[in-house]
Amino acid sequence: MEKERHVLVIFPHPDDEAFGVSGTIATYIEMGVPVTYACLTLGEMGRNLGNPPFANRETLPMIRKKELQASADAMGLTDLRMMGLRDKTVEFEDDEKMVKLVADLIEELNPSLIISFYPGLSVHPDHDATGRAVVEAIRRMSESERPKLYTIAFDNKTVEVIGHPDVHHDVSGVTEKKLGAMNAHASQTVWMMEDMQKRLDAEDADALRWLKTEHFYTYTF
Amino acid sequence: MELVQRDQLQSLIDSFAGKDVYIHLETTNGSYAAHFQEGFFNAGAFIRNIVVNYELGKVAGDSPHRIGLKLPSGWIYAQGITHYELDEHGRLLMAGLGPDGKLAVAFEISETPFTY
Repeated sequence: MEKERHVLVIFPHPDDEAFGVSGTIATYIEMGVPVTYACLTLGEMGRNLGNPPFANRETLPMIRKKELQASADAMGLTDLRMMGLRDKTVEFEDDEKMVKLVADLIEELNPSLIISFYPGLSVHPDHDATGRAVVEAIRRMSESERPKLYTIAFDNKTVEVIGHPDVHHDVSGVTEKKLGAMNAHASQTVWMMEDMQKRLDAEDADALRWLKTEHFYTYTF
Repeated sequence: MELVQRDQLQSLIDSFAGKDVYIHLETTNGSYAAHFQEGFFNAGAFIRNIVVNYELGKVAGDSPHRIGLKLPSGWIYAQGITHYELDEHGRLLMAGLGPDGKLAVAFEISETPFTY
């Protein structure tokens, strides 16, 4: 991985950072690269409440806020921004307000790399809306000033539309931190991680590949 | 939240009748439904912090229950309610949780506004 001036990660939900980016974040931090994570919502509308339930609609945000902080701690991330929007409403916010939210972060932090979702190929409406705002904020910058943009895409038609990722990060040096970030979001990941841990213990090739490598699409303007 | 005890829930719903109350009502299949099951028709609705004053509220059916509120000139109802609690802020929180622990419907009544 190349050294960056500053990395800005923008996702809408606590846990969006954990699955496919936490290894990258932890690795940059170990390299001494400043990393900021702007998380737009607290995942207020998450559906996993358990049965019997461990939370309700009104207590879930506080649980997920603590999990987000714990995930940041696991990755060694100190600049965590909670942007105060509500889960599942990002696409209904004023488009210009969203672009400004991103542009203000870029202006403040002057990142050389931004990581977010690929608009239109990220399944959840909040993901696509976040990606749209990021792309538009960068598109409005002069070409020479634009940071690089790495994106995550996982719609079922992704490979058909944009092929395979072109950026591959070896994050095998920070696997404990990545697992720490995943496990920090227990309300969302506990079932998934039980299965994942079994697969890792059995040295399942796909699980090990997930743990040790992360993949991005460079967004071109 | 606990499994609905019909008589207790009925008396809680009665206790909010005739007052200006804030409503949260939500039905959802989750934003990933059509991702995991191609062709799934994903529908849902969400409304939060709408003030109403209902004259009659009823718990109907066996679990999962249906809850209906009769308004001066309209109705609110939800089906699939399995769990409820009166929280420390005096808000009546009801939810329909599937056997997988995922929320399918939430219906909440409060005399004070819910957070954002």
